Amino acid sequence: MSVAIRIQQVCKRFDATQALNAVDLEVAQGEFFGLLGPNGAGKTTLISALAGLTRPDSGSLSVMGYDVLTDYRAARRQLGVVPQELVFDPFFSVRETLQIQSGYFGISDNDDWIDEILENLDLTTKANANMRTLSGGMKRRVLVAQALVHRPPVIVLDEPTAGVDVELRQMLWRFIRRLNADGHTIVLTTHYLEEAESLCGRIAMLQGGRIVALDTTQNLLQRFSTHTLRLRCRGELPPAVALRAQQSGGWWSLPFDRFDEIEPLLAEIRNAGCAIDDLDVGKPDLEDVFIRVMHGQAH
Amino acid sequence: MMPRLHGAFFTLFYKEVLRFWKVASQTVGAPVMTAVLYLLIFSHALEGHVQIHGVSYTAFLIPGLVMMSVLQNAFANSSSSLIQSKVTGNIVFTLLAPISHHEFYAAYVLAAIVRGLMVGVGVLAVTMWFAPLQFIYPLWILLFAILGGGILGSLGVIAGIWAEKFDQLAAFQNFLIMPLTFLSGVFYSIASLPAFWQHVSHWNPVFYMIDGFRHGFFGVSDVSPWISLAVGGGCFSALAVLSLNLLSRGYKLRT
Repeated sequence: MSVAIRIQQVCKRFDATQALNAVDLEVAQGEFFGLLGPNGAGKTTLISALAGLTRPDSGSLSVMGYDVLTDYRAARRQLGVVPQELVFDPFFSVRETLQIQSGYFGISDNDDWIDEILENLDLTTKANANMRTLSGGMKRRVLVAQALVHRPPVIVLDEPTAGVDVELRQMLWRFIRRLNADGHTIVLTTHYLEEAESLCGRIAMLQGGRIVALDTTQNLLQRFSTHTLRLRCRGELPPAVALRAQQSGGWWSLPFDRFDEIEPLLAEIRNAGCAIDDLDVGKPDLEDVFIRVMHGQAH
Repeated sequence: MMPRLHGAFFTLFYKEVLRFWKVASQTVGAPVMTAVLYLLIFSHALEGHVQIHGVSYTAFLIPGLVMMSVLQNAFANSSSSLIQSKVTGNIVFTLLAPISHHEFYAAYVLAAIVRGLMVGVGVLAVTMWFAPLQFIYPLWILLFAILGGGILGSLGVIAGIWAEKFDQLAAFQNFLIMPLTFLSGVFYSIASLPAFWQHVSHWNPVFYMIDGFRHGFFGVSDVSPWISLAVGGGCFSALAVLSLNLLSRGYKLRT
């Protein structure tokens, strides 16, 4: 598959902070890609470098084959960025904002597409409202619309759902999923790990300006997380089981990899004279993966 | 209804013009009012006492006030637009777009010139009824108005890029632009100054813009309009090179 984003050996230092440290990354066309990491990990710096807002000290970045520095006009036409900050121009209405943004990309007659975006983002009734009068959620939607006016094949969303209510979040993801299904490459940064887990096919985790994990979401879950059998019981657990278990709030947690491990485990507990009062099974989740990767507990 | 926006440069230029036009009472009306007040006060105080270059003081003052308004508003337009965009963060929309630094510079300066000219025309339209004016060389008038707007518009781009806060821009305006324009012969002919201050005035590029502009009205000036044109052209070129250099490096715009 063709490459949508290619990042090679990119380094960026801000005074004493090494924001990006020899980052190598490729995102294929049509991917829904997640970029995760704690605050200050370098996610926004990496996106800014891709968008030409930050100039790397070394290395190269390209979007759809166009170098972001030497061929910046072509590269920027391929890229739509939803910035993290809730920024807007208070002089203009929603429609004027989108028409001006279209004009920046050399598109003079874009009203049909603007109407379609407004409808999909539930902004049609606000088209002629001044940006100042919109709520935070609506301003966020306009930011998404601005990133889409020139129909970029690659869309980068930098924490687009920060501070956004559940309804808007779901509507936004429906629209972004549709764009992805239509062939757009999506790169997402978010602190909502359940969103990343359900949306992203592949994920990179950044820490201290380095990529510390990069794989498909499924592989990350399998490699860095396990299922957990949680149970509450009366009596002593057999010593072999107790060694593997962790106790918290009256519950024992036992990690396991395959479901066929459960029955022998329960049998062993019962045979030891331990009565089970309650139990549940926890699936592996990205939060678990994230914490393990960030604390270097990969197994 | 927005016109068809052809290309990044025209769009940015149109956006900059629309931005000030949406608050025209503040960006055009208020400076016209200020200039009229200057005229009323100074002409009341000095009319009948002073005659310069063979014309009445009020007639002498009007072109000076027009040009001062052009210059100050050209500076205000590009500088305030840039600092507002930087402080509010919406400059990111132009930085993300495929706009070259040449287009960026040209759009901001051209919009600054348009605002300067609109204010200048407004001041002229209101003040020309207070004294008989001549328009001996209209092309000189137009040329110096555009050149002066370009110089101060460029200076506004530099100040807007450099300033990180509104008070830094205010300092630039109060300690550089205001003295340069007020001490440039708007209210007097430098021929009336002592020799030392005449010499100092010749180092002020704004003096040449005012003097050349006034030459277009009365056909007389303190220095030849060709010298004023050369000084103005040189200043504009130097400021354009500096602005383009800052923009191409992304100075204080791109990290």
